[in-house]
Amino acid sequence: MLAIIDYGVGNLFSLQCSLKKIGVEAVVTKDPQEIKNADRIILPGVGAFGDASRKLRESGLVELITEEAKSGKPFLGICLGMQLLFEKGYEYGEHDGLGFLKGNVVALEGEINPNLQIPHMGWNALDFKQDSPLFKYINNGDFVYFVHSYYATDCEDSVIATSEYGIPITAAVGKGNIFGCQFHPEKSGDVGLKILKSFCEI
Amino acid sequence: MITKRIIPCLDVRNGTVVKGTNFKDLNEISSPVELAEYYSSHGADELVFYDITASSDGRKLFTDILTETASKVFIPLTVGGGINTLDDFDRVLKCGADKVSVNSGAIKNPSLIKEAAQKYGDQCVVLSVDIKRVDGQFRVFAKGGREDTGLDALKWIKQGVENGAGEIVVNSIDTDGVKKGFDIEMLKAVCEIVNVPVIASGGAGGKQDFVDLFNEVPQITAGLAASIFHYGEVTIDDLKKTLKENDITVRI
Repeated sequence: MLAIIDYGVGNLFSLQCSLKKIGVEAVVTKDPQEIKNADRIILPGVGAFGDASRKLRESGLVELITEEAKSGKPFLGICLGMQLLFEKGYEYGEHDGLGFLKGNVVALEGEINPNLQIPHMGWNALDFKQDSPLFKYINNGDFVYFVHSYYATDCEDSVIATSEYGIPITAAVGKGNIFGCQFHPEKSGDVGLKILKSFCEI
Repeated sequence: MITKRIIPCLDVRNGTVVKGTNFKDLNEISSPVELAEYYSSHGADELVFYDITASSDGRKLFTDILTETASKVFIPLTVGGGINTLDDFDRVLKCGADKVSVNSGAIKNPSLIKEAAQKYGDQCVVLSVDIKRVDGQFRVFAKGGREDTGLDALKWIKQGVENGAGEIVVNSIDTDGVKKGFDIEMLKAVCEIVNVPVIASGGAGGKQDFVDLFNEVPQITAGLAASIFHYGEVTIDDLKKTLKENDITVRI
């Protein structure tokens, strides 16, 4: 059983459906026992870093998911859920992330060519930086779907793929049992389903 | 780099996909769920579902179909038609839509864009505009292209983006259904005044029209069409191959 952490952020319909499509049993939950019993965890998220970080703390689950992540259970953050894996986020102020991975989340604005539109929205190609079990079924150069205005930086030790948008943008991270996708695997067609499938086989 | 997107548009009425010429004489084609699955597995980068039913029964049927589609198709889904309130946003987002397109609803209630953008984020709010030339001016039309609102389209779009619309669909009534190419002049005028993604709609008759679109208006991020895809005149796979041969970045 896979646990999708429910902390009141975002719409989880597509994620649930895509897991169902690849034959993975998943539950959207904030129940500590269910999270403990799960064999892997997905932390979803859309919206703003500070708001999501606050909601996650208010859910009272931070300690539990930190323990679970440290226990070696496969853990995947998606979009804002990936950003929350880092130490700090600078979206409307400075906010603490979970600190599972070294690095910070900063605005694309000011970092990329001003002619490029923000958010970075649409299909972009993955440029693999490290081998990862997350890429078991996909190829370097495959396209995935992004929607975001902030990105993870100072995270060289965990970057496993970037995508070019004026500069290389952190697209996927992985270190030990902790993984993250800035893009939406549940919206990235077959490539996205394959990424979810490989996560579920780790 | 971000690819140019090819987006089939499915106009849905009473549970079936329809497409007309100049918005009249609608013909029924096929099951929207099946068509969506087909497009998704044949290279579509995104899908637009447009609800053109007026009755509440039709609306219920539409949301059922949307839910079924969203549970089977794993690419971005934009939904429009009958979006007049925040509750309408909520209704379609819960069924699995990723973006919501407003048209007449924003004309009736201009604060809708701002409220929706604040609640769901700019990236979720698409402003769709039906535009026709009247006395040398680009004019906004409402009610599926039947009613001249008197609004200047460029001003309207600029205001929409300021209020938080994250994407603009420009549908040229002048070229819609004529199949002689996109409205390059109109699209250039819109791209000059906004810095959010602009999607071209209305007029695609063949592959070359998309090549011309992306070459002549490089700022355009996506081309949207319905009948040429629904009737199989152009397959998306084949179109993308042609675009790639013309050095246009696409997802293949």
